[in-house]
Amino acid sequence: MNARREFLRRSGGLVVAFSLAPYAHGQGAAKAGKPRLPGSLAKDPYLDAWIRVDASGAVTVFTGKAELGQGIKTAILQVAAEELDVAMDRIALVTADTARTPNEGFTAGSHSLQDSGTAIRNAAAQVRALLVQEAARRWNAEARALTTANGIVSAPDGRRARYGELAAALDLHVDARPDAPLKEASDFRVMDRPVPRVDIPAKVTGGAAYVHDLRLPGMLHARVVRPPSYGATLAAFDPRSVEQRPGVVKVVRDGSFVAVVAEREWTAIQAMAELARACRWNESARLPDEGKLGAFLASLPSKDDVILDRGGASAAPARTLEASYSRPYLAHGSIGPSCAVAHLADGRLTVWSHTQGVYPDRKAIAEMLGMPEEKIRLVHAEGAGCYGHNGADDAAADAALIATHVSGRPVRVQWMREQELAWEPFGAAMLVRVRAALDSRGRIADWEYAVWSNTHSTRPGTGGSLLAGQSARGLRLPPPRAIPQPEGGGDRNAIPLYVLPRARVTSRFLEDMPVRVSALRSLGAYMNVFAVESFMDELADAAGADPVDFRLAHLDDPRARDVVRTAAERFGWKKGAAAGSGVGQGFAFARYKNLAAYCAIACEAEVDLETGKPRLKRVVAAVDSGQVVNPDGLRNQIEGAIVQSSSWTLYERVAFDARRIRSIDWQTYPILRFDSVPESVEVHVVDRPGAPFLGSGEAGQGPMAAALANAIAHASRRRLRDLPLARRELS
Amino acid sequence: MNAGAARNALLALAGLALAGSCATSETDAIARLEAAPPPTSFSPALVERGARLTALGDCQGCHTAEDGRAFAGGRPVETPFGTIYSTNITPEPRTGIGLWSEQAFRRALREGLDRGGRHLYPAFPYDRFTLASDEDIRAIYAFLMTRPPVSAPPPRNRIPFPFNVRSFLAVWNALYLHPGPWKNDPAHDARWNRGGELAEGLGHCSSCHTPRNALGAERGDRHFEGGDTEGWHAYAIGATSQSPVGWTEPAMRKYLRDGWEAQHGVARGPMAAVSRGLVHADEGDLAAIAHYIVSGMGHAGGGGARKESAASANAQGERLYRDACAQCHEGDESLPFGGLVLAQSIGVAGESPRNLVNMILYGLPAAGDGTAPIMPGFAGAMSDAQVVALSSYLRARFTNRPPWPDLESVVAKARKEGERVAKTPAGGAGLDPARWGGT
Amino acid sequence: MSGRIELNGEWREVRSEGDTPLLYVLRDELGLNGAKYGCGLGQCGACTVLVDDEAVFSCVTPLSMVDGKRVTTVEGLGTVEHPGPLQRAFVEEQAAQCGFCIPGMMMRAAALLRAEPHADEKRIREALQPNLCRCGTHMRILRAVKKAAQA
Repeated sequence: MNARREFLRRSGGLVVAFSLAPYAHGQGAAKAGKPRLPGSLAKDPYLDAWIRVDASGAVTVFTGKAELGQGIKTAILQVAAEELDVAMDRIALVTADTARTPNEGFTAGSHSLQDSGTAIRNAAAQVRALLVQEAARRWNAEARALTTANGIVSAPDGRRARYGELAAALDLHVDARPDAPLKEASDFRVMDRPVPRVDIPAKVTGGAAYVHDLRLPGMLHARVVRPPSYGATLAAFDPRSVEQRPGVVKVVRDGSFVAVVAEREWTAIQAMAELARACRWNESARLPDEGKLGAFLASLPSKDDVILDRGGASAAPARTLEASYSRPYLAHGSIGPSCAVAHLADGRLTVWSHTQGVYPDRKAIAEMLGMPEEKIRLVHAEGAGCYGHNGADDAAADAALIATHVSGRPVRVQWMREQELAWEPFGAAMLVRVRAALDSRGRIADWEYAVWSNTHSTRPGTGGSLLAGQSARGLRLPPPRAIPQPEGGGDRNAIPLYVLPRARVTSRFLEDMPVRVSALRSLGAYMNVFAVESFMDELADAAGADPVDFRLAHLDDPRARDVVRTAAERFGWKKGAAAGSGVGQGFAFARYKNLAAYCAIACEAEVDLETGKPRLKRVVAAVDSGQVVNPDGLRNQIEGAIVQSSSWTLYERVAFDARRIRSIDWQTYPILRFDSVPESVEVHVVDRPGAPFLGSGEAGQGPMAAALANAIAHASRRRLRDLPLARRELS
Repeated sequence: MNAGAARNALLALAGLALAGSCATSETDAIARLEAAPPPTSFSPALVERGARLTALGDCQGCHTAEDGRAFAGGRPVETPFGTIYSTNITPEPRTGIGLWSEQAFRRALREGLDRGGRHLYPAFPYDRFTLASDEDIRAIYAFLMTRPPVSAPPPRNRIPFPFNVRSFLAVWNALYLHPGPWKNDPAHDARWNRGGELAEGLGHCSSCHTPRNALGAERGDRHFEGGDTEGWHAYAIGATSQSPVGWTEPAMRKYLRDGWEAQHGVARGPMAAVSRGLVHADEGDLAAIAHYIVSGMGHAGGGGARKESAASANAQGERLYRDACAQCHEGDESLPFGGLVLAQSIGVAGESPRNLVNMILYGLPAAGDGTAPIMPGFAGAMSDAQVVALSSYLRARFTNRPPWPDLESVVAKARKEGERVAKTPAGGAGLDPARWGGT
Repeated sequence: MSGRIELNGEWREVRSEGDTPLLYVLRDELGLNGAKYGCGLGQCGACTVLVDDEAVFSCVTPLSMVDGKRVTTVEGLGTVEHPGPLQRAFVEEQAAQCGFCIPGMMMRAAALLRAEPHADEKRIREALQPNLCRCGTHMRILRAVKKAAQA
């Protein structure tokens, strides 16, 4: 069949799929009769919002997404280079900037390739088609006979024209069309290739690469003095001796917001310590018992939502099992604490920040300062690893607020490590209770699942979502909202992909948030997949079935079956391996959000049966991300997810007493170090050329947690259900 | 003690042995069991008791190799006579002690003989374990016999001639082994005696905390006056204790169990490893030990007084302290995660500068698997002269003790043997034993 | 204070106060980007540089301690146009996700390789223990250092 038509049919399918899936950030359904534009083109249909070609043939590509360390810059350049037929190094990529790029909301939810990548791919293909069309017009030739390569259009008779010459005649300020002539996967030269990342060379040679490296003329250094606990207000404040310190430019006090500004960074740090000692606070925070979080969550009032209620007939139950799983609050713990630079000059405020959402953060800052949004420009500059809603937005707000007090000079705010770990939003603690029945054939006959969780997003938004907005202006966090299915928040991946004839899944949304929470990589999926996949193993055990076979027996999605089989085969999964020997194998599978990438993980762990100390030996993963843009980038992300999730699962939890967060550095919030890294990690990519892009950045977190718990259970016969699994505690 | 003195001493011993040729090198073997006793033949209560006592004796500490299976041996123990590898004490029949009767096991602890009657090296501190009671030994036997058996033959010991001739050990025993069990001292109460039985016996505190003679035996005349092991100094814990802050029993209990105490700092080096085991010891036993030790400790006092005048005498040391140390050690964060107030530090007030120097050079490493105090080391940034200047400044500023006489050589030695200095993350509770252990 | 350090082969006069941690002297006075602020407590290693061939946490090393000494940063290992062997290995292995921890990792590895040019994986893991990576790039970092060690 005509491959192009097949592709259009499939991308038509893509369009339909997206219009059926309501997004949390408000993309509406397609208008009747008019096919929806793919990806983010739906919101920003002008081609020149995405692609520009100048007279020299240099190309600029605009994306509303941000580099978080996941390699998106390189991937987008690959996509653009492929469809435009231009060398990557001739393309300049502009990322999230309220003055220059489309508004693509947050770089989050593993949407970047699905939304921005898709938009840019289609836009680039159309720009190329328009360039070809222009050449055809000039030469009076058939567009179909012309070819493109390296920024040049060529005719069979040898006539050539560079893109730059042709672009001058084009008006790219036109609407995109839904039927872009995309390249066949078999013709790819740049996409689906492990192109080296464009940002790594500068990063390994000390080039300026991060917002932390920004140095503007006349730049001042600021440090914020944060209170000792949530919601504390300033009771007494004596800035005199700090103000007199040589090199201190200003002490800022705005409501309960306190900061010091100095010429030199070290001065600012020392002044901050002194200023902190000169502040007295009224504290009012009340935090739950950190040792009994599950019971605490279950005791809170909840808004319940039955998100799955399938009441099919099933055989009489032969056995019933139930279990309860829990996880603590988890920190982002990015190696580089949050940082921002802000400059207020001539009534215009520019803020450089590693926020995931330049547009929403701008809106919140505008509200906080009472400034019109048009007077504020938010530019994304890279931070250290971003795994969700961390301190970046707040650091941007801090810098913006301080800049209004030292107008004219740029101000750089750097959060201290203790501030980052105490004040960034955490991934929410969660509780799961699940019950299932097996029939006489050993198949799941009934499934009942409930999950308790706070919201997994308090992203700005509004001025009240910002710490500075709260302490300086008394603004309040808006009432939390759940992210609805099919994406979900606390209930992300609470509905298993398995074939379950009778199933009921309830999401219990908790509005009380004594601890600051928001989005952390994979949101509720980490916990739900940990719980579902641990319980699947418990059921398999009760059914006397091999864990991999048991999953296959309940999966009918062929792509799911493929990743499960691939992971098991590449791992060398042994059926019938005896439990309790001190060496164990564990398996887990999930399709992120049941919409994005498929990921199956098998791992081997040793457990010292005397001490219970586990040791992760080797991990083998299989991932299906649809059409792959950069296979090495994809593998890097999954490897990273595996190691990061191992750390979360084995060692991590936020510690607090009745009033204050206590885990504030790497002593008190230990994360995995080299001595616990496995001996080997393999990631096998199941490539699907031509298929839609599927988000993969978060697909590994949940499966790794469950695979690890399952391997430990197999090695030791101990089933651990409360995270973290292996942490030592200094009492 | 150095190898040269040891060699001389042993040659003297050789002469003695040849002249006397009294001791027979092989005493009677004890018959092996038919089969390893089934785990069910031991009552759970006895096994549980044994677990607590084994933790107290820190058997795991020597009998588990790095990355090795628990109790399966193979850990190298450096002695001035060469390297000895710990044995496999899992109940595996061929390479472990699976076919040892309780009698054979008891004899090993009391007399330093294996089942076949061969002498064990006193790197295995049977000169201490000999004081353990029959009941305690029975419980430990029950615990070990119910561990997972591991097939693991220990590597060959690397002890050069003539030290590897085991009959010399018969002479060593004749001189230095005072066979137990512990005899209660009627002048003291039951708690003190129980504490003494444990501390001097299973706990084998004096194996590290007492200096040794040229033959590697404890100097009985200097009991608890301090010793050296794995590159660290084990402080005097008896009448000559140099602790600037006196010890109370609650403080000692806390230190032993948790590996740190607010006014006495964090257990470091080999003691950190010990405290990781003591987390699982019985509370009552630890209390008795604390009672026994504290009641015998002297109090030298004389920490505290800050002497600003120290600064003028040692500007370099003062500058280093102010610029590098004060930020944490005069900061707002208290122990265990903040810097110790140096006026309370035995590192600064103690009889040996070695531990302080180790701390300055190597700090406290992170624990990969849990919360632990971390101190950065300064070996890379500081020269020997700088370490000497800083150490002597701290000594002068925070104590009223005389300066250490041998600081330069201690610093040079600490740096030179860096690889062999035990760098153990601070203590901390292991995984909950209620969830683990046993078959 | 006025002091001097030999930075990447060149003597530099520095005017920061003596108690200024070397990290801020490098970043703020001398304008270098490689060494990073990660914690300021000597717990994460993002600030690692070499002093006389030994790895140090520059965030807790005051200038007064290293006055007159030889300091090497990642900028001293090579440039984008002329990368050194360690940098080449990291690029070849694509051993970075966000990249923030990488200069510190490289300097810790550089210290190891100066002392043990052919260190094996076990030694490399031990040597890198003081350095944290949150993105989970550990496997690639190990491969890159091994590659440089075998060269």
